[in-house]
Amino acid sequence: MTALAHASSAKSRSTPGAAVHGQQHPIALYLLVWVLLFVLSACSYLVDYFNFHGELRWGLIILFMLLKAGLIVAVFMHMAWERLALVAAILVPPLAVLVFVGAMALEGGYTNITRQVFFAAATQSRAVEH
Amino acid sequence: MSVESVGQKTAVEAQRPSGVSGVVADWSSDQRSFKSASWGKTMMWIFLVSDTFIFSCFLVSYMTVRMSTTVPWPNPSEIFALDIGGKKIPLILIAIMTFDLITSSGTMAIAVNYAYARERRKAALMMLATAFFGATFVGMQAFEWTKLIQEGVRPWGNPFGAAQFGSCFFMITGFHGFHVSMGVIFLLIIARSVWRGDYDRAKPGFFTGRRGRYEIVEIMGLYWHFVDLVWVFIFAFFYLW
Repeated sequence: MTALAHASSAKSRSTPGAAVHGQQHPIALYLLVWVLLFVLSACSYLVDYFNFHGELRWGLIILFMLLKAGLIVAVFMHMAWERLALVAAILVPPLAVLVFVGAMALEGGYTNITRQVFFAAATQSRAVEH
Repeated sequence: MSVESVGQKTAVEAQRPSGVSGVVADWSSDQRSFKSASWGKTMMWIFLVSDTFIFSCFLVSYMTVRMSTTVPWPNPSEIFALDIGGKKIPLILIAIMTFDLITSSGTMAIAVNYAYARERRKAALMMLATAFFGATFVGMQAFEWTKLIQEGVRPWGNPFGAAQFGSCFFMITGFHGFHVSMGVIFLLIIARSVWRGDYDRAKPGFFTGRRGRYEIVEIMGLYWHFVDLVWVFIFAFFYLW
Protein backbone atom coordinates (compact mmCIF):
# COMPACT_ATOMS: atom_id res chain seq x y z
CA MET A 1 0.00 0.00 0.00
CA THR A 2 2.72 2.41 1.04
CA ALA A 3 4.91 1.20 -1.78
CA LEU A 4 2.05 1.79 -4.18
CA ALA A 5 1.48 5.28 -2.87
CA HIS A 6 5.21 5.89 -3.17
CA ALA A 7 5.16 4.71 -6.75
CA SER A 8 2.30 7.02 -7.64
CA SER A 9 3.88 10.00 -5.89
CA ALA A 10 7.21 9.30 -7.59
CA LYS A 11 5.39 9.23 -10.89
CA SER A 12 3.62 12.49 -10.18
CA ARG A 13 6.93 14.05 -9.21
CA SER A 14 8.38 13.12 -12.55
CA THR A 15 5.62 14.99 -14.39
CA PRO A 16 5.73 18.57 -13.19
CA GLY A 17 2.74 20.65 -14.20
CA ALA A 18 0.26 17.80 -13.85
CA ALA A 19 -2.48 18.49 -11.29
CA VAL A 20 -1.13 16.19 -8.59
CA HIS A 21 -2.48 17.43 -5.28
CA GLY A 22 -2.94 20.65 -3.37
CA GLN A 23 -4.57 23.77 -4.73
CA GLN A 24 -3.31 23.86 -8.27
CA HIS A 25 -5.32 25.80 -10.82
CA PRO A 26 -4.63 27.24 -14.26
CA ILE A 27 -2.47 30.36 -14.27
CA ALA A 28 -4.84 31.86 -16.87
CA LEU A 29 -7.55 31.91 -14.19
CA TYR A 30 -5.29 33.80 -11.78
CA LEU A 31 -4.42 36.30 -14.51
CA LEU A 32 -8.12 36.80 -15.25
CA VAL A 33 -8.83 37.50 -11.56
CA TRP A 34 -5.85 39.85 -11.49
CA VAL A 35 -7.26 41.86 -14.43
CA LEU A 36 -10.73 41.88 -12.86
CA LEU A 37 -9.30 43.20 -9.56
CA PHE A 38 -7.53 45.95 -11.51
CA VAL A 39 -10.76 46.93 -13.27
CA LEU A 40 -12.82 46.86 -10.05
CA SER A 41 -10.20 48.95 -8.20
CA ALA A 42 -10.20 51.45 -11.06
CA CYS A 43 -14.00 51.60 -10.83
CA SER A 44 -13.98 52.29 -7.08
CA TYR A 45 -11.27 54.92 -7.64
CA LEU A 46 -13.45 56.56 -10.29
CA VAL A 47 -16.34 56.74 -7.79
CA ASP A 48 -14.12 59.13 -5.82
CA TYR A 49 -12.64 60.83 -8.89
CA PHE A 50 -16.06 61.74 -10.28
CA ASN A 51 -17.13 62.72 -6.76
CA PHE A 52 -20.36 60.71 -6.63
CA HIS A 53 -22.47 61.38 -3.55
CA GLY A 54 -25.12 59.81 -1.39
CA GLU A 55 -26.61 56.39 -1.96
CA LEU A 56 -25.08 56.03 -5.43
CA ARG A 57 -21.58 56.50 -3.96
CA TRP A 58 -22.17 54.04 -1.13
CA GLY A 59 -23.88 51.46 -3.30
CA LEU A 60 -21.01 51.48 -5.80
CA ILE A 61 -18.25 51.47 -3.15
CA ILE A 62 -19.75 48.49 -1.33
CA LEU A 63 -20.56 46.66 -4.56
CA PHE A 64 -16.97 46.93 -5.86
CA MET A 65 -15.57 46.12 -2.41
CA LEU A 66 -17.62 42.92 -2.08
CA LEU A 67 -16.80 41.82 -5.64
CA LYS A 68 -13.07 42.32 -5.00
CA ALA A 69 -13.17 40.58 -1.62
CA GLY A 70 -15.15 37.72 -3.14
CA LEU A 71 -12.68 37.22 -5.98
CA ILE A 72 -9.68 37.25 -3.63
CA VAL A 73 -11.24 34.79 -1.17
CA ALA A 74 -12.78 32.46 -3.77
CA VAL A 75 -9.93 32.19 -6.25
CA PHE A 76 -6.67 33.45 -4.72
CA MET A 77 -7.39 31.84 -1.34
CA HIS A 78 -8.91 28.78 -3.08
CA MET A 79 -12.13 28.94 -1.07
CA ALA A 80 -14.14 27.90 -4.13
CA TRP A 81 -12.45 24.49 -4.03
CA GLU A 82 -12.47 23.85 -0.26
CA ARG A 83 -14.95 21.61 1.55
CA LEU A 84 -18.14 23.35 2.72
CA ALA A 85 -17.32 22.55 6.38
CA LEU A 86 -14.15 24.66 6.17
CA VAL A 87 -15.83 27.43 4.16
CA ALA A 88 -18.63 27.69 6.75
CA ALA A 89 -16.19 27.68 9.68
CA ILE A 90 -14.31 30.60 8.10
CA LEU A 91 -17.07 32.73 6.60
CA VAL A 92 -19.91 32.43 9.13
CA PRO A 93 -18.13 33.90 12.23
CA PRO A 94 -17.17 37.19 10.50
CA LEU A 95 -20.85 37.65 9.58
CA ALA A 96 -21.50 38.06 13.33
CA VAL A 97 -19.37 41.21 13.08
CA LEU A 98 -22.26 42.79 11.15
CA VAL A 99 -24.32 42.71 14.37
CA PHE A 100 -21.46 44.52 16.10
CA VAL A 101 -21.33 47.08 13.26
CA GLY A 102 -25.08 47.69 13.65
CA ALA A 103 -24.81 48.08 17.43
CA MET A 104 -21.90 50.50 17.17
CA ALA A 105 -23.61 52.50 14.41
CA LEU A 106 -26.58 53.03 16.77
CA GLU A 107 -24.19 53.93 19.58
CA GLY A 108 -22.25 56.36 17.35
CA GLY A 109 -25.45 58.07 16.19
CA TYR A 110 -26.70 58.37 19.77
CA THR A 111 -23.41 59.85 21.00
CA ASN A 112 -23.50 62.33 18.12
CA ILE A 113 -27.02 63.47 19.05
CA THR A 114 -26.17 63.92 22.74
CA ARG A 115 -23.03 65.86 21.79
CA GLN A 116 -25.02 68.13 19.51
CA VAL A 117 -27.69 68.68 22.18
CA PHE A 118 -25.36 69.36 25.09
CA PHE A 119 -21.87 70.32 23.87
CA ALA A 120 -22.51 72.05 20.55
CA ALA A 121 -25.28 74.16 22.14
CA ALA A 122 -23.03 75.00 25.09
CA THR A 123 -20.22 76.07 22.74
CA GLN A 124 -22.65 78.30 20.81
CA SER A 125 -24.07 79.93 23.94
CA ARG A 126 -20.56 80.61 25.22
CA ALA A 127 -19.75 82.17 21.85
CA VAL A 128 -22.78 84.44 22.22
CA GLU A 129 -21.81 85.45 25.78
CA HIS A 130 -18.30 86.51 24.82
CA MET B 1 2.36 14.84 6.81
CA SER B 2 4.12 13.26 3.86
CA VAL B 3 3.16 12.92 0.23
CA GLU B 4 1.69 9.41 0.53
CA SER B 5 -0.72 10.42 3.30
CA VAL B 6 -2.03 13.13 0.97
CA GLY B 7 -2.76 10.36 -1.52
CA GLN B 8 -4.65 8.39 1.12
CA LYS B 9 -6.57 11.45 2.17
CA THR B 10 -7.88 11.86 -1.37
CA ALA B 11 -9.16 8.28 -1.26
CA VAL B 12 -10.95 8.96 2.06
CA GLU B 13 -12.32 12.20 0.71
CA ALA B 14 -13.84 10.43 -2.28
CA GLN B 15 -16.10 8.44 0.08
CA ARG B 16 -17.26 11.44 2.09
CA PRO B 17 -20.48 13.26 1.19
CA SER B 18 -20.31 16.86 -0.01
CA GLY B 19 -22.62 19.83 0.56
CA VAL B 20 -24.58 20.28 3.79
CA SER B 21 -24.49 16.57 4.72
CA GLY B 22 -20.72 16.84 4.17
CA VAL B 23 -20.56 19.66 6.76
CA VAL B 24 -22.39 17.44 9.27
CA ALA B 25 -20.14 14.48 8.46
CA ASP B 26 -16.99 16.58 8.77
CA TRP B 27 -17.95 18.39 11.98
CA SER B 28 -19.14 15.22 13.70
CA SER B 29 -15.92 13.53 12.71
CA ASP B 30 -13.82 11.75 15.32
CA GLN B 31 -10.72 12.67 13.31
CA ARG B 32 -9.71 15.94 11.67
CA SER B 33 -12.72 18.11 10.91
CA PHE B 34 -11.48 19.72 7.73
CA LYS B 35 -10.77 16.74 5.53
CA SER B 36 -9.33 18.70 2.62
CA ALA B 37 -7.12 20.97 4.76
CA SER B 38 -3.99 19.90 6.62
CA TRP B 39 -3.28 21.11 10.15
CA GLY B 40 -0.90 23.74 8.80
CA LYS B 41 -3.54 25.23 6.55
CA THR B 42 -6.26 24.96 9.21
CA MET B 43 -4.11 26.81 11.74
CA MET B 44 -3.39 29.58 9.24
CA TRP B 45 -7.14 29.93 8.62
CA ILE B 46 -7.81 30.10 12.37
CA PHE B 47 -5.18 32.82 12.67
CA LEU B 48 -6.70 34.72 9.74
CA VAL B 49 -10.23 34.54 11.20
CA SER B 50 -8.87 35.95 14.49
CA ASP B 51 -7.05 38.65 12.52
CA THR B 52 -10.32 39.44 10.77
CA PHE B 53 -11.82 40.23 14.17
CA ILE B 54 -8.88 42.49 15.06
CA PHE B 55 -9.16 44.51 11.84
CA SER B 56 -12.97 44.54 12.23
CA CYS B 57 -12.55 46.09 15.69
CA PHE B 58 -10.31 48.81 14.26
CA LEU B 59 -12.67 49.62 11.41
CA VAL B 60 -15.77 49.50 13.64
CA SER B 61 -14.19 51.81 16.23
CA TYR B 62 -13.17 54.13 13.37
CA MET B 63 -16.80 54.14 12.21
CA THR B 64 -18.01 54.88 15.74
CA VAL B 65 -15.70 57.85 16.35
CA ARG B 66 -16.37 59.24 12.89
CA MET B 67 -20.14 59.01 13.34
CA SER B 68 -20.11 60.43 16.87
CA THR B 69 -17.86 63.46 16.40
CA THR B 70 -19.50 66.84 15.87
CA VAL B 71 -16.29 68.29 14.38
CA PRO B 72 -16.10 67.99 10.55
CA TRP B 73 -14.15 64.95 9.32
CA PRO B 74 -11.19 65.71 7.01
CA ASN B 75 -11.81 64.86 3.35
CA PRO B 76 -9.50 61.88 2.54
CA SER B 77 -9.88 62.53 -1.18
CA GLU B 78 -8.10 65.88 -0.77
CA ILE B 79 -5.67 64.86 1.98
CA PHE B 80 -4.30 61.94 -0.03
CA ALA B 81 -4.12 63.90 -3.28
CA LEU B 82 -0.76 64.42 -4.93
CA ASP B 83 0.57 67.18 -7.17
CA ILE B 84 1.62 65.55 -10.42
CA GLY B 85 2.70 67.84 -13.25
CA GLY B 86 1.23 70.85 -11.49
CA LYS B 87 -2.20 69.17 -11.31
CA LYS B 88 -3.75 67.98 -8.07
CA ILE B 89 -4.98 64.39 -8.53
CA PRO B 90 -7.24 63.11 -5.73
CA LEU B 91 -6.33 59.91 -3.89
CA ILE B 92 -3.77 58.96 -6.53
CA LEU B 93 -1.15 57.54 -4.14
CA ILE B 94 -3.71 55.22 -2.56
CA ALA B 95 -4.82 54.05 -6.02
CA ILE B 96 -1.21 53.22 -6.95
CA MET B 97 -0.75 51.38 -3.63
CA THR B 98 -3.91 49.38 -4.30
CA PHE B 99 -2.77 48.32 -7.77
CA ASP B 100 0.65 47.43 -6.36
CA LEU B 101 -0.87 45.17 -3.69
CA ILE B 102 -3.22 43.48 -6.19
CA THR B 103 -0.24 42.76 -8.42
CA SER B 104 1.63 41.22 -5.48
CA SER B 105 -1.39 39.00 -4.83
CA GLY B 106 -1.34 37.90 -8.47
CA THR B 107 2.34 36.93 -8.38
CA MET B 108 1.76 35.10 -5.09
CA ALA B 109 -1.07 33.00 -6.58
CA ILE B 110 1.19 32.08 -9.50
CA ALA B 111 4.00 31.19 -7.05
CA VAL B 112 1.67 28.67 -5.34
CA ASN B 113 0.92 27.13 -8.72
CA TYR B 114 4.62 26.74 -9.58
CA ALA B 115 5.40 25.37 -6.11
CA TYR B 116 2.86 22.55 -6.46
CA ALA B 117 4.19 21.89 -9.95
CA ARG B 118 7.63 21.56 -8.28
CA GLU B 119 9.13 24.23 -10.51
CA ARG B 120 11.03 25.60 -7.56
CA ARG B 121 13.13 28.27 -9.31
CA LYS B 122 10.04 29.83 -10.91
CA ALA B 123 8.13 29.60 -7.62
CA ALA B 124 10.98 31.29 -5.72
CA LEU B 125 11.22 34.07 -8.33
CA MET B 126 7.48 34.70 -8.15
CA MET B 127 7.73 34.89 -4.34
CA LEU B 128 10.61 37.35 -4.65
CA ALA B 129 8.46 39.45 -7.01
CA THR B 130 5.68 39.33 -4.39
CA ALA B 131 8.11 40.44 -1.69
CA PHE B 132 9.32 43.24 -3.98
CA PHE B 133 5.78 44.57 -4.53
CA GLY B 134 5.10 44.23 -0.80
CA ALA B 135 8.22 46.21 0.07
CA THR B 136 7.23 48.84 -2.52
CA PHE B 137 3.84 49.12 -0.81
CA VAL B 138 5.47 49.67 2.58
CA GLY B 139 7.78 52.25 0.96
CA MET B 140 4.83 54.20 -0.43
CA GLN B 141 3.16 54.01 2.98
CA ALA B 142 6.29 55.42 4.60
CA PHE B 143 6.11 58.29 2.07
CA GLU B 144 2.43 58.83 2.89
CA TRP B 145 3.11 58.85 6.65
CA THR B 146 6.04 61.28 6.24
CA LYS B 147 3.90 63.65 4.17
CA LEU B 148 1.07 63.63 6.71
CA ILE B 149 3.37 64.03 9.71
CA GLN B 150 4.98 67.03 7.97
CA GLU B 151 1.52 68.51 7.47
CA GLY B 152 0.95 68.23 11.22
CA VAL B 153 -1.21 65.09 11.47
CA ARG B 154 -0.74 63.43 14.86
CA PRO B 155 -2.51 60.60 16.72
CA TRP B 156 -4.11 63.29 18.89
CA GLY B 157 -4.98 65.86 16.25
CA ASN B 158 -4.57 67.38 12.81
CA PRO B 159 -5.04 70.75 11.12
CA PHE B 160 -7.87 69.53 8.84
CA GLY B 161 -10.63 68.77 11.36
CA ALA B 162 -11.64 66.00 13.77
CA ALA B 163 -8.77 64.89 15.99
CA GLN B 164 -9.82 61.22 15.71
CA PHE B 165 -8.75 61.21 12.06
CA GLY B 166 -5.10 61.05 13.10
CA SER B 167 -5.44 58.21 15.58
CA CYS B 168 -7.58 56.14 13.18
CA PHE B 169 -5.18 56.73 10.31
CA PHE B 170 -2.02 55.74 12.17
CA MET B 171 -3.66 52.79 13.91
CA ILE B 172 -5.33 51.22 10.88
CA THR B 173 -2.72 51.83 8.19
CA GLY B 174 0.06 51.18 10.71
CA PHE B 175 -1.29 47.78 11.67
CA HIS B 176 -1.84 46.88 8.04
CA GLY B 177 1.66 48.04 7.09
CA PHE B 178 3.06 45.92 9.93
CA HIS B 179 1.27 42.88 8.47
CA VAL B 180 2.72 43.59 5.03
CA SER B 181 6.23 44.02 6.48
CA MET B 182 6.04 40.69 8.35
CA GLY B 183 4.73 39.07 5.17
CA VAL B 184 7.72 40.37 3.19
CA ILE B 185 10.14 38.89 5.75
CA PHE B 186 8.43 35.49 5.74
CA LEU B 187 8.19 35.52 1.93
CA LEU B 188 11.96 36.00 1.74
CA ILE B 189 12.61 33.18 4.23
CA ILE B 190 10.36 30.70 2.42
CA ALA B 191 11.53 31.81 -1.05
CA ARG B 192 15.08 30.97 0.07
CA SER B 193 14.02 27.46 1.15
CA VAL B 194 12.13 26.94 -2.11
CA TRP B 195 15.11 28.14 -4.17
CA ARG B 196 17.50 25.78 -2.32
CA GLY B 197 15.16 22.83 -2.85
CA ASP B 198 14.54 22.23 0.87
CA TYR B 199 11.04 20.98 0.13
CA ASP B 200 12.23 18.54 -2.54
CA ARG B 201 14.40 16.95 0.17
CA ALA B 202 11.63 17.33 2.83
CA LYS B 203 14.02 19.27 5.04
CA PRO B 204 12.44 20.48 8.32
CA GLY B 205 10.68 23.79 7.87
CA PHE B 206 11.19 27.13 9.60
CA PHE B 207 10.29 27.16 13.35
CA THR B 208 9.61 23.40 13.34
CA GLY B 209 11.15 19.93 13.25
CA ARG B 210 8.48 18.70 10.84
CA ARG B 211 9.36 17.83 7.28
CA GLY B 212 8.82 20.79 4.98
CA ARG B 213 6.39 20.50 2.07
CA TYR B 214 5.48 22.76 -0.79
CA GLU B 215 2.15 23.35 0.93
CA ILE B 216 3.96 26.00 3.00
CA VAL B 217 3.89 28.21 -0.12
CA GLU B 218 0.10 27.94 -0.25
CA ILE B 219 -0.14 28.69 3.50
CA MET B 220 2.13 31.72 2.99
CA GLY B 221 -0.12 32.69 0.09
CA LEU B 222 -3.22 32.59 2.33
CA TYR B 223 -1.57 35.12 4.65
CA TRP B 224 -0.51 37.34 1.76
CA HIS B 225 -3.91 37.35 0.06
CA PHE B 226 -5.49 38.15 3.43
CA VAL B 227 -3.34 41.29 3.70
CA ASP B 228 -4.60 42.27 0.23
CA LEU B 229 -8.15 41.47 1.34
CA VAL B 230 -7.89 43.72 4.41
CA TRP B 231 -6.66 46.53 2.16
CA VAL B 232 -9.84 46.19 0.07
CA PHE B 233 -11.87 47.08 3.18
CA ILE B 234 -9.50 49.82 4.36
CA PHE B 235 -9.57 51.33 0.85
CA ALA B 236 -13.38 51.33 0.82
CA PHE B 237 -14.06 52.49 4.37
CA PHE B 238 -11.12 54.71 5.22
CA TYR B 239 -10.14 56.31 1.92
CA LEU B 240 -13.39 56.37 -0.05
CA TRP B 241 -15.83 57.23 2.77
